[in-house]
Amino acid sequence: MSMEQRIEAAAPTASAAHSSRSWSEPLVFVIMVALLVIAPKAIYPMFIMQALCFALFACAFNLLIGYVGLLSFGHALYFGWASYLAAHSAKVWGFPPELAILTGTLTACLLGIISGSLAIRRQGIYFAMITLALAQMMFFFALQLKFTGGEDGIQAVPRGKLFGSIDLSDQTNMYFTTVGIFLFGFLLIYRIIHSPFGEVLKGIRENEARAISLGYKTDRYKLMAFVLSATLAGLAGSTKAIVLQIASLTDVDWPMSGEVVLMALVGGLGTVFGPVAGAFIVVAMQNYLAQVGQWVTVIQGVIFVVCVLAFRRGVIGEIAHHLRIKL
Amino acid sequence: MFEIFGIPSAALFGQLLIGLINGSFYALLSLGLAVIFGMLNIINFAHGAQYMLGAFAAYLLLELLGVNYWWALLVAPLIVGLIGVVIERTLLQWLYKLDHLYGLLLTFGLALVIEGLVRNRYGSAGLPYTVPESLTGGTNLGFMFLPNYRAWVIAASLGVCLATWFVIERTKLGAYLRAATENPTLVRAFGINVPLMITLTYGFGAALAAFAGVMAAPIYNVSPQMGSSLIIVVFAVVVIGGMGSIMGAIVTGFGLGIVEGLTKVFFPEASNTVIFVVMAIVLLVRPAGLFGRRT
Repeated sequence: MSMEQRIEAAAPTASAAHSSRSWSEPLVFVIMVALLVIAPKAIYPMFIMQALCFALFACAFNLLIGYVGLLSFGHALYFGWASYLAAHSAKVWGFPPELAILTGTLTACLLGIISGSLAIRRQGIYFAMITLALAQMMFFFALQLKFTGGEDGIQAVPRGKLFGSIDLSDQTNMYFTTVGIFLFGFLLIYRIIHSPFGEVLKGIRENEARAISLGYKTDRYKLMAFVLSATLAGLAGSTKAIVLQIASLTDVDWPMSGEVVLMALVGGLGTVFGPVAGAFIVVAMQNYLAQVGQWVTVIQGVIFVVCVLAFRRGVIGEIAHHLRIKL
Repeated sequence: MFEIFGIPSAALFGQLLIGLINGSFYALLSLGLAVIFGMLNIINFAHGAQYMLGAFAAYLLLELLGVNYWWALLVAPLIVGLIGVVIERTLLQWLYKLDHLYGLLLTFGLALVIEGLVRNRYGSAGLPYTVPESLTGGTNLGFMFLPNYRAWVIAASLGVCLATWFVIERTKLGAYLRAATENPTLVRAFGINVPLMITLTYGFGAALAAFAGVMAAPIYNVSPQMGSSLIIVVFAVVVIGGMGSIMGAIVTGFGLGIVEGLTKVFFPEASNTVIFVVMAIVLLVRPAGLFGRRT
């Protein structure tokens, strides 16, 4: 059973005509928004903001693996470089936060166009290796260029005033701005996968040769999906730079690429809400296990192995499978 | 001593030599990756970790048991190969019917586990491993000074690479292997134990990585992260060469090592990235790789 079939199995209603809207996705979406509104009363807002940035990152990554069947092992490239550019433009050029985030996002878009057009020249496993290698190359650039601050990164990034009026140094303002950006990205991805364009992507995932024979220029579709995914990963990275007020080498290094794969895998590849759940689980685990330092890597590795062997649908995928609904 | 392009010959050839050394590790590791992929259809992300385990095994054999370099060269690959056999039997064998990507994800997880465990035990700082007595010193070739150990590494890895190529391309066992890669069901129908071959192939691939690790121990420090950076470069090497041919892997590995060495001489700041740049150029010009067939 291939990955595609597994994802299909996780979404039994997917074979139904795409015009039939599922009721479960909007319902869960409303619950998610409600939770995000009341959560800061109960949970440390900084943690939620951080998790939301990673959730958007994981959703962007999942757009490729879950709906086009392309495994990118280098998504840290867009996340990290976007966060560098957002941090730099806010701190050195004095950009307001919305422009800083836009700068970072556009940077990721540009990098996505360049590396995407290289990576889609090969299929499957080669694609994963190429994305990883390109990301490593850009990691060395980040290491050597002056503006990234090398090992120190760019620290003390000013949050500034959103649209010149909303002061983001206020935690509540920052929180709802982050929620807004996350929901914007999330809904955009939701729109994409439920659009005719998204249907073609799924068609490519199922059987690329067939999509080609039907007259679709699959390379263009794949590149488009890649650039969208990279851009949204950049939006997540830029937001993170403003929220945490730092951009550093950790965000561009390969373990970060692995982490986002883990988030999507734990939550459920090819599910709408899986990456969000996965991001919260992984970020919570990291914060919770911060004391045990090095063991985090080992535990992450074990989770990878266990997920692949026994838990391929992920948390949300399993729930959706057992309740026979789409999530 | 003389000069070439305004570079003292000793410096130029010295870097070329380092390039050849790196190239021999690229060749050994990409060879192992190609052999494993051919048989198991899995990209072994744990290859870097197995290389690192080989270096650590050599270090521990020396520190704890006083086993010298030459025995370590034999014993460490055996140990890591056995670990590989266990990994294949307990974890990898459940993945053969799934998408290739799951193998990559699982072995990536394994690499994290192995590296994390070693780092917990020995810290991130490197451990020294001295060059064996019999290979200290060097030869003055007139235009450069050639340390004996480095000459040995290049010769040994070339030897191992060519022996592997010979076994796969020119022997009966190799014929079975290649046949099983093409059509495992048919080969099984002829009464050949394909699952055993798969297990041993993975063990052999892991042992190759460990062999490279033992040879690397005296040159680089023995450290937990020595494998992870290397494996990414080796991935680029594999993309450039394509995994279609054994010879391709060897030639590409050594060739890129030399390219990297030369870059160190002329543009030192680009030496980390040159292989990735070459990969990008190859993807533009020959998307299937230098020796690859269109997939």
